[in-house]
Amino acid sequence: MTEKRKLRVATTSLAGCFGCHMSFLDIDERLFTLLEHIEFDRSPLTDIKTVSPGTDIGLIEGGLCNAENVHVLREFRANCTILIAIGACAINGGLPAQRNHLPLTTILEEVYHTSPGLHNGMIPNDPELPLPLNQVHPIHEVVKIDYFIPGCPPSGDAIWKVLTDLLAGREPTLGHGLMHYD
Amino acid sequence: MNPTFELDGQAISFAEGQTILQAATTAGVYIPHLCYHPEFKPHGSCKLCTVKVNGRQTAACTMRAALGMKVESNCEEINAERRALTQMLFVEGNHFCPSCEKSGHCQLQATAYHLGMMSPHYDHFFPNRAVDASHPEFLLDFNRCILCSLCVRASRDVDGKNVFALSGRGIKTHLIVNARSGRLADTDFAATDKAAAVCPVGVILPKRQGFAVPIGERPYDKVAIGAATTVRAEEEAS
Repeated sequence: MTEKRKLRVATTSLAGCFGCHMSFLDIDERLFTLLEHIEFDRSPLTDIKTVSPGTDIGLIEGGLCNAENVHVLREFRANCTILIAIGACAINGGLPAQRNHLPLTTILEEVYHTSPGLHNGMIPNDPELPLPLNQVHPIHEVVKIDYFIPGCPPSGDAIWKVLTDLLAGREPTLGHGLMHYD
Repeated sequence: MNPTFELDGQAISFAEGQTILQAATTAGVYIPHLCYHPEFKPHGSCKLCTVKVNGRQTAACTMRAALGMKVESNCEEINAERRALTQMLFVEGNHFCPSCEKSGHCQLQATAYHLGMMSPHYDHFFPNRAVDASHPEFLLDFNRCILCSLCVRASRDVDGKNVFALSGRGIKTHLIVNARSGRLADTDFAATDKAAAVCPVGVILPKRQGFAVPIGERPYDKVAIGAATTVRAEEEAS
C-alpha cells in the first residue's frame, strides 16, 4: 500500500499579533500526530518566504492593513486549494480595524509627530515600506475564503478540530465551547 | 385541555392570545430572537424569530398562535436567513467581541453562535459612532447598537422617562439620547432604571465592573443560548 501523500500547509500572520500562531502551537504534542499527515510550506515556523504552487491548505492570521498584506494574501489564494481565516483580525479586522474611524493622516501625525517625545519626528517613507491602507479590512473582503476559525485567539482545540475534520474529509464544524468570538 | 399548533412536528399547546414565540418558550422550545423581551410588547423588527406558518414567513413574536397551524422554525432554510440577518447586524455596527465587556453575556453573540455564524460574510461598514461616557455610572457605546429598541420601550413604558429614542430612517436609523445636549448625563437616567438592564448587546454598560466576571466564565460561555431556555428566562426577567 502506498503511503498517503502529506498535505502541504502554509501559514502567515498579516495584520495580526502572532497570537493565533501561538494558539496553533497550543495543540502541543498533537503537533507530532499532525506532522504525520502534513508538511509545512511557507510559514513563520519554516521561514520559507513564498508559497509553493499546489499547496493544500493556507492558514491566514490577521487582517489587511497595508499593501504587502494584500500581496501576500493574493499569493496564498493563488497557490492554496483551501484558504482558512484564523482569528478575529482575519475575520473582521479585529483590534487593528479599530483605527478605521480615524483618517490615516491623523494617525500618522499622532504617532510620528505630535506624541510626547517625538517632536520633529518624520513619517517613515522608505520605498521598501508597504503603504498603509486607509482602512483595515477582513480578508474575505478581498479573496474567497473557504473556512473560518473565529476567536481571539481560537483555542488550540478549535484549530485542531478544524484541521482534523479537513484531514478526515469532513466539513469542519465548531460546537458550543469551541466557537468563540472573544 | 389547551388547543395546540404544530412546531417542527411537535404539538405545542397555547393559551388564547399567546404568540407563537410565547407558546414555544413556555413549552421550552427556543426560537432565536433579539428585539423580543417577555416583559414588553413585541416590536417585530429584528426578524430573527421569523418562522414559516403554513408555508408563509412571519415573525413568531407578533403572530398569535392558532389551532392547528403548522409552523417551521428550526430548519436550514429559516436558519440560513436568520444567520444572514445576524451577519448584517455584525457588519452594520462595530462588533469587536474580544474588547467588548459584554462578550459571553451578549445575546447577539450567543445567537450567532447558535446559528453557527463562522464569519460576517458581508463587507463591513465600519461606521463612525462616538461613545457617550458623560454619565457617572453608565457608558453608552453606540457602536454595538442593533436597534432592538428595548431601552426605548423600557425607559418609556416602565421607567416613564423617555431617555432613549430611535431617530432617522432606513439604514440611517440610530439610537439617540433625549436631551438637548444629546448626552446621557443630561437626562434623568438612573442605574436602577429598567432601561439600564435591558440591553441585549454591549451598548448600555455599567462603569467599573466590565471584567468582574472573566471571559470564559460568563453565562453563554457555560450554556448555549438555544439550550438555556430557563437561564434565558431568568436573565430576561432580571
